[in-house]
Amino acid sequence: MVHRTLDRTASQTSHTGGPRHASWDGSPSDVPYGAYVDPAVFSQERERIFQGPVWHYVALECEIPSPGDYVSVYIGTTPVVANRAADRGIHAFVNRCAHRGATVVRGRRGHCEGTHTCIYHQWTYDLQGRLVGVPYRRGLSGTGGFPEDFDPGQHGLRTLRVAVLHGIVFATFDAGAPPLEIFLGRSAVERLQRLFSRPVKVIGYQRQQIRANWKLMIENVKDSYHGALLHAFNSKFGFFRSTQRGEVWVSDNGVHSMLTTYDTEGERVAALMGGVTSYKPQLTLADSTMLSAVREFRDPIVTSIVSLFPSFLLLHTLNFLGFRSVWPKSPGEFEMVWTYLGYADDTPQMIDRRLRQLNLFGAGGYVSMEDAHALELTQRAVSGEGGTGTGVAALGGRDTATQDHLVTEVAIRGFWRGWRTLMESRGDDGSAADGVPAGKLPPAASTPGDPARVPPC
Amino acid sequence: MLNEAAAGTVEEDGESASLEVRDRIELLNEAYARCLDDGQLERWPDFFTDPCVYRIYPRENMEEGLPGSVLFFDSQAMLKDRILCVREVNLYAPHSARHLMGRPAVRLLLQGGYRARTNFMVVHTDHEGHSELFAVGEYRDVVVETRGALKFRERTVLLDTFTVRSHLAEPL
Repeated sequence: MVHRTLDRTASQTSHTGGPRHASWDGSPSDVPYGAYVDPAVFSQERERIFQGPVWHYVALECEIPSPGDYVSVYIGTTPVVANRAADRGIHAFVNRCAHRGATVVRGRRGHCEGTHTCIYHQWTYDLQGRLVGVPYRRGLSGTGGFPEDFDPGQHGLRTLRVAVLHGIVFATFDAGAPPLEIFLGRSAVERLQRLFSRPVKVIGYQRQQIRANWKLMIENVKDSYHGALLHAFNSKFGFFRSTQRGEVWVSDNGVHSMLTTYDTEGERVAALMGGVTSYKPQLTLADSTMLSAVREFRDPIVTSIVSLFPSFLLLHTLNFLGFRSVWPKSPGEFEMVWTYLGYADDTPQMIDRRLRQLNLFGAGGYVSMEDAHALELTQRAVSGEGGTGTGVAALGGRDTATQDHLVTEVAIRGFWRGWRTLMESRGDDGSAADGVPAGKLPPAASTPGDPARVPPC
Repeated sequence: MLNEAAAGTVEEDGESASLEVRDRIELLNEAYARCLDDGQLERWPDFFTDPCVYRIYPRENMEEGLPGSVLFFDSQAMLKDRILCVREVNLYAPHSARHLMGRPAVRLLLQGGYRARTNFMVVHTDHEGHSELFAVGEYRDVVVETRGALKFRERTVLLDTFTVRSHLAEPL
């Protein structure tokens, strides 16, 4: 039996070729620093997570409304193009020419007339990724050409499965991945429905390049502990405070999470935040127009922070609606793209309000500025120590079940539990420690009745 | 409305400004850079009229006709709030900055004032002495004369480096 144990202290490559990383006999509250720095772990994440039984955000339908419209994105480190074809369906494929491996679609977003042509040797693909043009295939004047047995049908672009939910386009490399809605679970699907049942439109993009492991970003968004401690703006203005009524929902398989805060009536902020030095009760803004919000939903949710495994991070608060896609570049670096949204039927006044609230988020945002700094502080220290050692995320216990308060790191633990399930080597017996077949995610919701977490109004 | 601002101020350009005006705007740029590079952030709002527009605008959004900015302020109060928060509230990586600017190209605006375009680079140096290009782009300004001094009625920092290196706290 080949069952590679995961060693939390060192980066090693076993003689069978797979990396050895953190040992999973420990609690999911133990976070091995090697997972942030080990190139072998990073390489295995590409295979087992980004090309594993997982759905990834690739585009919004509204970004590619017409046949020929495309976007270039990444799934993990793999360049992927999603486009709308003549049949109005959306197709996704790896952006690598089947001939010599060149990048085919060179633009960031745009429109093409029915085909994509690689500039190197003019190999041409249709919008479903099928090879439809090969120069000199039959040779020139009887010389050269591809062999008789060359079959263009065998040399298309590598395609992905695509599924669309409420105008959000997801894709997966894995033919064995469960249907998208099963992968997400009912609670997450309902939260997407709350925010995306009206048509949305993009009002801007913003990008950050951060020198930290991509998982630190995912954990950051699952971390209800830091929200009002690192971010003084948060604690003062109440987008997210641990003193608020809220909950941290974790999918049954651990990987997805939703942090939700509710109306703050009765919140004892001053009493509970009294000892926190970053809390600035005296802060006032001379011009607070960017905090002016109108209520858009008839439920008591104030802030909704959704993390869909592995790297789709959705945020709604005030009238801010947007999400982040995380693109790993190396063990120690990732890029993050914010997509800022409004609704298609927004009045000019509402758009104005949303644009002002962009000041709160993104690279320079009053609320989110500190995150990139904190992540880089972590990466600097853990890589400096060679990835040795283990962090502890035990606020609120050591398990991974949904909790009805915000004083918890439960969503971080859930992430690591799911990550471990996918990263475990496939032993001969096919099982991992928790009884779930290794390399397979258990369902997001164990029963169809997984209750929606939005309380009644 | 910010939507209009996204498309650029809708005013017709006139002829090129005189060399004297261009020199004055170059001096304005120099003073602006000196203020930021010396860390005198409290003086930064003085370079603007009230109301005004200051925004850091990703080139990606300009190319795609989208209005979203990294930062958007349109009053003296918002500029002062930014400096207050940078000083007292937000946390960010300690660094020093150097603004390097080209000469401005200046045209008269038919309704008065000037439109100036100036290339810039900003280099950051961290607390251990490593210098790194932080941003390159172009200032797209509307400059007006108020009580004998030139001020920015609008300064759009068009960010070619639209993937921000980590985070952005102090004004560009």
